[in-house]
Amino acid sequence: MSVDAKARYAQSHEYARQEGDLVVVGISDHAQDELGDIVFVELKEAGKKLEKGQVFGTIESVKAASDLYMPLSGSIAEVNAGLQADPALVNREPYSGGWMIKIKPDAVKDLEALLDAKAYASLVGEE
Amino acid sequence: MNLSPEPLVFELSRPGLVGCSLPGSDVPPAELPKNLVRANLDLPELDELTVVRHFTRLSQKNYSIDTHFYPLGSCTMKYNPKANEAAAAEPGWKHIHPLAGDSETQGALELLYKLQESLAEIGGFDSVSLQPAAGAHGELAGVLMIRDCLKARGEGQRKKMLIPDSAHGTNPASCTMAGFSTQTIPSGKDGNIDIKALEAALDDSVAGIMITNPNTLGLFERNITKIAAMVHQAGGLVYGDGANMNALTGVFQPGKSGIDVMHFNLHKTFSTPHGGGGPGAGMVAAVKELAPFLPGPLARRRAGKYELAMPEKSIGRLKAFYGNFGVLVRAYCYVRMQGAEGLRRIAENSVLNANYLRARLEKTYKLKYTRPCMHEFVAMGDVAPGIRTLDIAKRLIDYGFHPPTIYFPLIVPEALMIEPTETESKKTLDGFVDAMLSIAAEAKTAPELLHAAPTTTPVGRLDEVAAARSPVLCFRG
Repeated sequence: MSVDAKARYAQSHEYARQEGDLVVVGISDHAQDELGDIVFVELKEAGKKLEKGQVFGTIESVKAASDLYMPLSGSIAEVNAGLQADPALVNREPYSGGWMIKIKPDAVKDLEALLDAKAYASLVGEE
Repeated sequence: MNLSPEPLVFELSRPGLVGCSLPGSDVPPAELPKNLVRANLDLPELDELTVVRHFTRLSQKNYSIDTHFYPLGSCTMKYNPKANEAAAAEPGWKHIHPLAGDSETQGALELLYKLQESLAEIGGFDSVSLQPAAGAHGELAGVLMIRDCLKARGEGQRKKMLIPDSAHGTNPASCTMAGFSTQTIPSGKDGNIDIKALEAALDDSVAGIMITNPNTLGLFERNITKIAAMVHQAGGLVYGDGANMNALTGVFQPGKSGIDVMHFNLHKTFSTPHGGGGPGAGMVAAVKELAPFLPGPLARRRAGKYELAMPEKSIGRLKAFYGNFGVLVRAYCYVRMQGAEGLRRIAENSVLNANYLRARLEKTYKLKYTRPCMHEFVAMGDVAPGIRTLDIAKRLIDYGFHPPTIYFPLIVPEALMIEPTETESKKTLDGFVDAMLSIAAEAKTAPELLHAAPTTTPVGRLDEVAAARSPVLCFRG
């Protein structure tokens, strides 16, 4: 399973990667592999302000529906509209085309509270 | 099994065919309003014999507990004695008019009353309502009772319900319908509720906790008494999801462990088939403080006669008339047929059978939680590279077994949730183990057999992804 070295990770398997003023959020390669074929992604609207740990959307695979949690506090600047038509993007390219939301973070340094790529790799290696 | 594919009735339709011929009308036809008349009603045109053959052939494709072993975890697919079907079909029961008065229905009311009393004793509760029509309906009754009880205490602001991640999947939906928000409580390494996480969640917004015991991992919640005391101390109430009552009958009384209100599935544990497409019954039981809030009416005994009455502060009716009466007749006969000893043997043998399967399979199908289980256990299906639980499940069909529940609970990856029930013989259990071990061997030597399965059914592996992403919901000939 691949881990994006530039991203940081939540225990609940969301990644957060800084791009300029924004933070791109999706789910890790490990998470998409565990979920199996994704059939539906529902995301909150742009402009919504959410705290770390609040639900920003729901992802449904052939196995299960799961909530998606904010890895850090901020407002949703943009959502990936492409996932509506092709939710399998999350399976094929979780770190690029399969991104979910872009957050305008309350504080970029909140990223530091998340796991780095190495720590996350060892977390999922243990499971 | 009849393996040939069966066309849809629409495909069998031929213009002009009719199922019955009516005599000519001997009264003048009534004129229908023009705006209600339509010319294009797409109903199939078939003769009676074609219809009979169509549905008979479909029925021959049924897989059921009366034909095969059905270890579908969390569903308690056990054999239900046919004697109780015969009892429920007695004309004296089935022809009672639902609006007949108490004086004409004393026998039926006596049965309701005695069943309420028996189930209250089995569960260790004060009072029982037989109204709810299914398990999740019983859950809804229970959380509505908790809501009203908190209001009566002047604590209506408590809106947060705690739900362990090993609870039944319907619990959060029942809370949402009753106006509660939910918070998930994680399990610890032993598969029980993480006490520290529970402690952290207990604030003055907590309305209660919904506990499934044994939980969906098939593990008994060993700290149940302590957890109930903690929630009570914080001002909340404790709901018990009794869907897994088959593991407890005659051995453990949930009402004596601190649980305030609980439902049991009569259509799993008490002699009505689960998943049979027929009605169920999710009776709800309560301790003294919650009893006045039970949905009604309940049967009661006064001056040597039986009557129906609403509890004092009832949440109201949840079902027309008196619940699903036929299911209640089966449950009453079953309880009387078993007696206290028989009820205990149900729990003991369901636990014994599950542990026998667990012990025989655990070297091949890994367990995340290794302690002895109750009536079911959760193994993992990733027995070889590239093999998933879905492949194991589909291959089992080729071996003549219904697959276990898969991918639930969510906290075990590649979950295979296996519940044999108490009604299976050692011979059947051994046959299932042999099939599971043989499939695990094939997974290594001939994985293509698993990926292609099932091959012995009228239709093969279904495309679940396409079905979910772009479902075709209407026949368009």
